[in-house]
Amino acid sequence: MAKASKKKVSKAVVKAMDTTAAVTPDVVYDEEDEEDLSKADEVITSEDEDGEDERRRQKLLEAISALGGKRKKTLGERSEPSVQMSEFTVNADGEGDKIDLSDLIGTVERTSAVPATTKKQLKNLQRSTKPIACPLSKQESQRIQRDVAFQKAATEVTRWKSIIKQNQRAEQLVFPLNQEPIGPKPMERVVSGWKAQTPLEQEIFAVLSANKQPINDPILTPTEEASMRAMSLEEAKIRRAELQKARALQSYYEAKARREKKIKSKTYHKVQNKAKRKEFLKQFDEMVVADPASALEELNKIEMSRMQERMSLKHQNSGKWAKSKAIMAKYDDGARKAMQQQLEVNKTLTQKLVSSLNEEEEEEEKDEADAEVLPELVNDAEQVLNSLNPWMRGKLSEEHKEKEISNTVDLTAEGPGNTVEEDEDEEEVEETEEEKLLREFESRRKLRHALETDAAPLTCMDDNTEDKAAAENPDVSDKEEEELSEFTSLFRGIADSLQEAESETAEAGEDHSTPLEEDLIRVRTLEDMELLSQENLPSGEAAAPPQQPPDTAALSSATEKTGKNRKRKRGIELKEVLTKGTEVIKVPLIPTTEDNEDNEDTEDRDDGLDQSGLIKEAFAGDDVISDFLKDKRKQEDAGKPKVVDLTLPGWGEWGGTSLKPSRHKRRRFRVKTAPPPPRKDRHLPSVIMSEKRNSSISLHQVSSLPFPFENHAQFESTIRSPLGRTWNTERTVKKISMPKVVTQMGAIIEPMAREELLKERKQLVLRSFSRPCSPCFPGSPVKYSITGESCVFNQKHIGYRY
Amino acid sequence: MKVKVLSRNPDDYVRETKLDIQRVPRNYDPTLHPFEVSREYTRALNATKLERLFAKPFVTSLDGHRDGVNCMAKHTKTLSTLLSGSCDGEVKVWNLTKRECVRTLQAHEGFVRGMVVRFCGSSFFTIFWDLVLWLLWPAQHDPGQGGITGPLESVFTGLDHHQKDAVFATCGQQVDIWDEQRTSPIRSFTWGVDSFSAVRFNPVETELLASCASDRSVVLYDMRESTPLKKVIMTMRSNTLCWNPMEAYYFTCCNEDYNLYTYDMRFLDKPITVHMDHVSAALDVDYSPTGKEFVSASFDKTIRIFAKDGGHSREVYHTKRMQHVICIKWSLDNKYILSGSDEMNIRLWKANAAEKLGVMSPREREAANYNQTLKEKFQHHPQVRRVARHRHLPKSLYHQTKELRVMKEARRRKEMNVRKHSKPESVPLLTEKEKHVVTVVK
Repeated sequence: MAKASKKKVSKAVVKAMDTTAAVTPDVVYDEEDEEDLSKADEVITSEDEDGEDERRRQKLLEAISALGGKRKKTLGERSEPSVQMSEFTVNADGEGDKIDLSDLIGTVERTSAVPATTKKQLKNLQRSTKPIACPLSKQESQRIQRDVAFQKAATEVTRWKSIIKQNQRAEQLVFPLNQEPIGPKPMERVVSGWKAQTPLEQEIFAVLSANKQPINDPILTPTEEASMRAMSLEEAKIRRAELQKARALQSYYEAKARREKKIKSKTYHKVQNKAKRKEFLKQFDEMVVADPASALEELNKIEMSRMQERMSLKHQNSGKWAKSKAIMAKYDDGARKAMQQQLEVNKTLTQKLVSSLNEEEEEEEKDEADAEVLPELVNDAEQVLNSLNPWMRGKLSEEHKEKEISNTVDLTAEGPGNTVEEDEDEEEVEETEEEKLLREFESRRKLRHALETDAAPLTCMDDNTEDKAAAENPDVSDKEEEELSEFTSLFRGIADSLQEAESETAEAGEDHSTPLEEDLIRVRTLEDMELLSQENLPSGEAAAPPQQPPDTAALSSATEKTGKNRKRKRGIELKEVLTKGTEVIKVPLIPTTEDNEDNEDTEDRDDGLDQSGLIKEAFAGDDVISDFLKDKRKQEDAGKPKVVDLTLPGWGEWGGTSLKPSRHKRRRFRVKTAPPPPRKDRHLPSVIMSEKRNSSISLHQVSSLPFPFENHAQFESTIRSPLGRTWNTERTVKKISMPKVVTQMGAIIEPMAREELLKERKQLVLRSFSRPCSPCFPGSPVKYSITGESCVFNQKHIGYRY
Repeated sequence: MKVKVLSRNPDDYVRETKLDIQRVPRNYDPTLHPFEVSREYTRALNATKLERLFAKPFVTSLDGHRDGVNCMAKHTKTLSTLLSGSCDGEVKVWNLTKRECVRTLQAHEGFVRGMVVRFCGSSFFTIFWDLVLWLLWPAQHDPGQGGITGPLESVFTGLDHHQKDAVFATCGQQVDIWDEQRTSPIRSFTWGVDSFSAVRFNPVETELLASCASDRSVVLYDMRESTPLKKVIMTMRSNTLCWNPMEAYYFTCCNEDYNLYTYDMRFLDKPITVHMDHVSAALDVDYSPTGKEFVSASFDKTIRIFAKDGGHSREVYHTKRMQHVICIKWSLDNKYILSGSDEMNIRLWKANAAEKLGVMSPREREAANYNQTLKEKFQHHPQVRRVARHRHLPKSLYHQTKELRVMKEARRRKEMNVRKHSKPESVPLLTEKEKHVVTVVK
């Protein structure tokens, strides 16, 4: 309580000060002293005493100031009683004090308006004080802050990536980047201060301005310009395509409806109506689950029709027709039926509806209410059954609520299946499809606008997706690796089993046919060849065997295979396949047989060795050394000087078909060149040294492959293609010799502007938008598909609507 | 009797009007034009030689300062205006087309530490111990003092202005962001360092800044955040830095270890490129407005031009009388380079040494373009390269370069030997890029 009184006292002091300041603005206050004084006083003095003291002190001060004779006019110094100077010179008193929860709750306890439950909750809140987690150290929290800020900045900056890449790849960049389009500008835009001077001009301008025609720019009116600015060509195209589609759909449905309306058969309509009703019910049930909001709307519509029915006398049998029928009813069965029908219609329309939807909502709400301890009045408002009925909207206490529940239970007992439609309703149902489509268009347009307006957030999204993709990639690659490793292990397994089988069959072969050693070798080579082919085509056969137990099954399969091989051997002429003599084949085969023998002893063998064996096997036919020697001999021959025969038959002697130039002449005209210096590699049998290299030329030749090129062929081809106008057409030359960066003398190049980013995003968005709905081109038939069924329209068909 | 005569259709060779270009019949049959490669090679070699012949980069020298030129500022709106501040506190406004000083102001008592023209071009700021706003062009074309924020307690060493807003940044004991309307900074950043040498705003992402600090670090900031973003500490101190005006996330800093480093601000752990060639500390750097190249000034009395991704310079400028180059600017039309040096002069250079200034006829331009493409095509041929790459260097510089090369080779060999004689993988193999970064502090 002491605290509270203290506050009051200080408040009073401040009030007093304010009033005095308002009356005499010239007086200077030292508010700190004041406060100190008041604080000193506060314990012993009551409010009244304090006020009196204040007044006394004021008088005393005035008296002292009057003592000085003439009153000194001190400059008023305005000051605010505050602990800290605020920029806006606004301070609440007691700013420095802390506000406790208890201060606030104190008043709550006293007021009767607050419900008891709330009070209880507040008390609970006061009591349950969980320990708050210890805050992070300053350094750590700052580091986290920095990290977050950096991430933000980095993502922001990354948005430029596409533009930067684009500019780096661009064939030509013209700076400044955002130049105005070149071309003749209207005179009015160039010359600003131009006025109509001659009377004729003035007259013309008067007419123009009277008709609101453009004066400055003779091409477009302001409205036209605005519309040009509002929409780009692409957008307009998309928009037009959309509109076309919508119009086509509309006309189609109109035609359909008209056609159906024309049908006179009553039974047809009855059947139709029934079917529609059924469909509607089905849809409604679905809607209740999927889209409760729209279902509620539908319900409201039905409710409205019920209300209208109840208000009107339409089906009450009180009209002229009804009365006449009532007279006839005694005698006419048809009339009675008609009346009954009328009444039935009335009954069905006025029947009250309770759907399962409301119940569900209620239940949910109840659940929520149970789950969280909230004051009930929060939920009360939403438990209203029907918003249209003002009687049902009233504030509900708990007793009411119980009644409500019982009511709903009763109503549900009547059944939700009593939904009734009038003709109007049916029409509406009919229209729903069209409406849906139209709505879709509308929403899409809105979406596009939204996209345009905030392109920036989209960009972030794009980046995110990119990142995600990037994050997913390693997973994919990992998977691939796993698969690969699996595959290789499988393959090795096959190879192992096959090898074993081979060795075993080899033994068997030795058993029954020892003299045919060459044969054995050949068999092996063929099997090895098969192995090689399996390596190339690892499918079908390769997949199956490893699952079988290797001991027995592999043996059997191997035997089968050997059988196959023998068959194949008959088919393939060995001499055609292996053209080389046995001598050549033997060399690489020796290690493989050794390998196999090793394998018999040790089941697990080195893969690398097997690989080398395979490679040797594969290149068994190549005789590298002899090829090399041949090559060398060829080069040597090419380097040798050739005798040039320059004799011309018929010159200086008789010529003819059977005549040869004389020996003397031939000797004279045969030119022998001097033998070249001996080759450098004449003593090196295993080396070819080219004699072509010319040191004088090599000074001018490029010695190593320059950076951007990947192979010599690439580089040579670029060098080989000429650039000049002697070899190329004018246009090609211009294109080739286009400079990469063009700058203008005297034009200031501004740094890249943010607008570039937006521009690019806009284009991207537009592109992505135009993709799903393909714009229709005039002249070509337009195809639309609506709810599964497709209909083809010709441009002519809908052309008249433009 | 039928008489055969030679006849030609005038439509094939007569122009319709005088303004049409002449029709030149050509036969592009390759057999008629043999030896294309050798002919073009000769042309390329000649073009290269001509380029070296015409390479006269020095345009003019602006003298008038009575002390070393310490800082310069490009005017944001006019190309012909340049501002320079010297070590005796004098600020001069130059007209570059007339090559004369327009105005001289005694701005401070000491060094003019930094200078920057406001984005609107109407006024500029200078700093020494205090920060002064000067109006550039009042009514009588007489730059006058606008508002003084008065002497402030802190020391200022660098200054830069925001690209579009009335906000500028200073550095000294800390990096401060100021609003032009306020007397106290709206933000100040500190991060364990008490002396910064330069601060620069990003011209593209205009809210980002970077500064060079005395603890050998380059620190990134965001104006909107209350804390710095990140810093990278290198082996030696960076003097200044410059952001690429076309590519938002690249910046280049010039270092005391004779190199310049281009960083991607998102990945500070390793520079994108190390630019080597200077033989003394690099003091200042400025990007060309196209963002393709940058120019650096060095204590070794040279200016070098680097491609933004080139490890070595494409050009070196020096004169006999030019001393340590303190500040450097690339003009906003991408044509000129301005250097301010110790011996009180400002020098104007061409950015492309052999480029013809002035109007070129279309044929001339086409020929120049063709020559340029030829030079590019044959640039790897040793003779062409020899001519194109040859630059004359002052003797001292030449020997210094050689010496440095020897030192570098020796260091490399030593490192190799150490690696050879120590436990495998105990001496890691570092690339040139990785060598110069000590740590990245988050």
